[in-house]
Amino acid sequence: MKRAGLFARRRGSRLPQAWRRPLAVVGTVVALAWIVVALAAPLLAPHDPLAQELPRLAPPGPGHWLGTDQLGRDILSRIMYGARVSIPLTLLLVALSVVIGGLLGACAGYFGRWVDETIMRLADLVFAFPTVILAMVVAAALGASLGNAVLAVLVVAWPAYARVTRGLVLGVREREFVLSGRLLGFSAWRSLRVDVLPNVTGPVLVLATLDIGTALLLLSGLSFLGLGAKPPSPEWGAMVAGGVEVFDSWWVATFPGLAILTVVLAFNFLGDTLRDALDPRTAQAIKERAL
Amino acid sequence: MRSPLARFLVRRILTALLLAVGITLITFVLTNLVPGDPVAANLGQRAVGDPAIVAQWRADHGLDRPLPQQYLMHLEGLLHGDLGTSQQSHRPVLDDLAESVPATLELAGAAILVSLILGVGFGVVAALRRDRLSDHVLRVLSLIGISVPTFWLALVAFYVFFFRLQVTPGSGRIDPGMTPPPQVTGLYTVDALLSGRWDVFSSAIGHLAAPALVLALYTIGLLTRFTRSAVLEVLGQDYVRAARAKGLPGRVVLFRYVLRPALVPVITVAGLAFGSLLSGTVLVEAVFAWPGVGQYAYKSATTLDLPAVMGVGLVVGVVYLVINLVVDVLYGVIDPRVRVS
Repeated sequence: MKRAGLFARRRGSRLPQAWRRPLAVVGTVVALAWIVVALAAPLLAPHDPLAQELPRLAPPGPGHWLGTDQLGRDILSRIMYGARVSIPLTLLLVALSVVIGGLLGACAGYFGRWVDETIMRLADLVFAFPTVILAMVVAAALGASLGNAVLAVLVVAWPAYARVTRGLVLGVREREFVLSGRLLGFSAWRSLRVDVLPNVTGPVLVLATLDIGTALLLLSGLSFLGLGAKPPSPEWGAMVAGGVEVFDSWWVATFPGLAILTVVLAFNFLGDTLRDALDPRTAQAIKERAL
Repeated sequence: MRSPLARFLVRRILTALLLAVGITLITFVLTNLVPGDPVAANLGQRAVGDPAIVAQWRADHGLDRPLPQQYLMHLEGLLHGDLGTSQQSHRPVLDDLAESVPATLELAGAAILVSLILGVGFGVVAALRRDRLSDHVLRVLSLIGISVPTFWLALVAFYVFFFRLQVTPGSGRIDPGMTPPPQVTGLYTVDALLSGRWDVFSSAIGHLAAPALVLALYTIGLLTRFTRSAVLEVLGQDYVRAARAKGLPGRVVLFRYVLRPALVPVITVAGLAFGSLLSGTVLVEAVFAWPGVGQYAYKSATTLDLPAVMGVGLVVGVVYLVINLVVDVLYGVIDPRVRVS
């Protein structure tokens, strides 16, 4: 009963058509490719990402396909190892935002009153800042490290989930199956967990997929500002920052930036596809075209 | 107070004031969260060793009082324009910021203008040509726009257009050696026009073009996507079909029946987009050596100059708050439904 909710059914019947569109295929292939690179970096990378060899600042060519940086490190290998830093951290970050923001939002929507007021005013406060500015302020206060940068992005990211989940919970709270659960004697927590949350996961997942790109941009942006990964970590944002000093050697900054762009783009393609598949209006359009 | 508009305005302004206090609270809490000891940062090596001097310094700066009291003192200072002293420039943060705000306003203003024209234009075209080639191309382009790391794009643009092709002038706001126009607004383009200095005007526009376009790309993508769905929603309404059915010319239907209601919510998104532009300046100004708040923030962040970073957070937060307040009020005035809800 609870699984047969609004979104569960739609997902089953309409997703396959949406996933056949070019954007979805490209997004899936690129995202999977990056995950494979992250997993198999030690096998795929031609060089040690930290090894400093001559020549320094070698342009792309045989031996070093994407060139070397100012310390003579192979950029291709660093980008491959960088995937092991950026991608898992971003996924972890979004997962934590979903859990924290989602739970807080669900509590706000379900319990209402002062719980709602406290949580949502806190969210409003975070929304009162432009994201990079608040993340920068938090990261600077905590001290420059990758862990603190993740924490800073988390501070900025959770309210979006709280807001969306709260709205959805408010809509589901008064539905018959939730009320009948309460009448059967479910505790508030059990009702929230068993009846309410499964019915709000669809839109939250779309938001999460679209947010992976934003989170990666923020995290690498903080590293670019020197508030994230420390050298010699092959984090992509920090690698672009390294290229600022030697910008006539274009390959030093260009390729790590392209890595960020392709990952963000892939997840945005996926998020867009998911959203279309779950939105009844656009889903109808997909269906009509597929027939 | 009986009219819904007045009630809406009062409620919205009160919320903004509360949020402004919240912003000061956040920056205060964050400053006090720092593991570093302000005594060590501000007193010399030998003075730190002397307990009497340390106690005196702490008492002078109110650091021996309870935190809530310190916060009130901090608030009082803020009301008098005291944002602390930068550890880098050893000048009041407010003075530093006052110098750099006009440059950022000029850059962000140019970027939001470009974003509104192109973003809304692209969005309308994509919606009207739904599912045709131009819609698909614009969709991919807008997705690329919101996916590009701004700091990287700034670097690539600087390299390609300045270093390689030499079609844009280099860094800064005007050519080196050129005297800035007499200050009226602080915006070089406007001031140059006011004083009739066309050479400075063209130089300022040239310098503005590349960073403004780089900064605008994200918001162009954002506005294109939003406008497209807003216009599509209105296109599906019965009254639009009715207007078409009674034989009104396409242009009249588009401008009077479709765009007017569709573009009202765009105002709100433009306000939010301004926030991402302010964020973007931190990442773009550093690359183009644009002497604005963004570059100041970048320098302060990289050197962990905390008073300066917090000052930027505070000022940008309040500016963003005011912009959103104006946008909300504007929206409430234009669309009566907002006031009631």
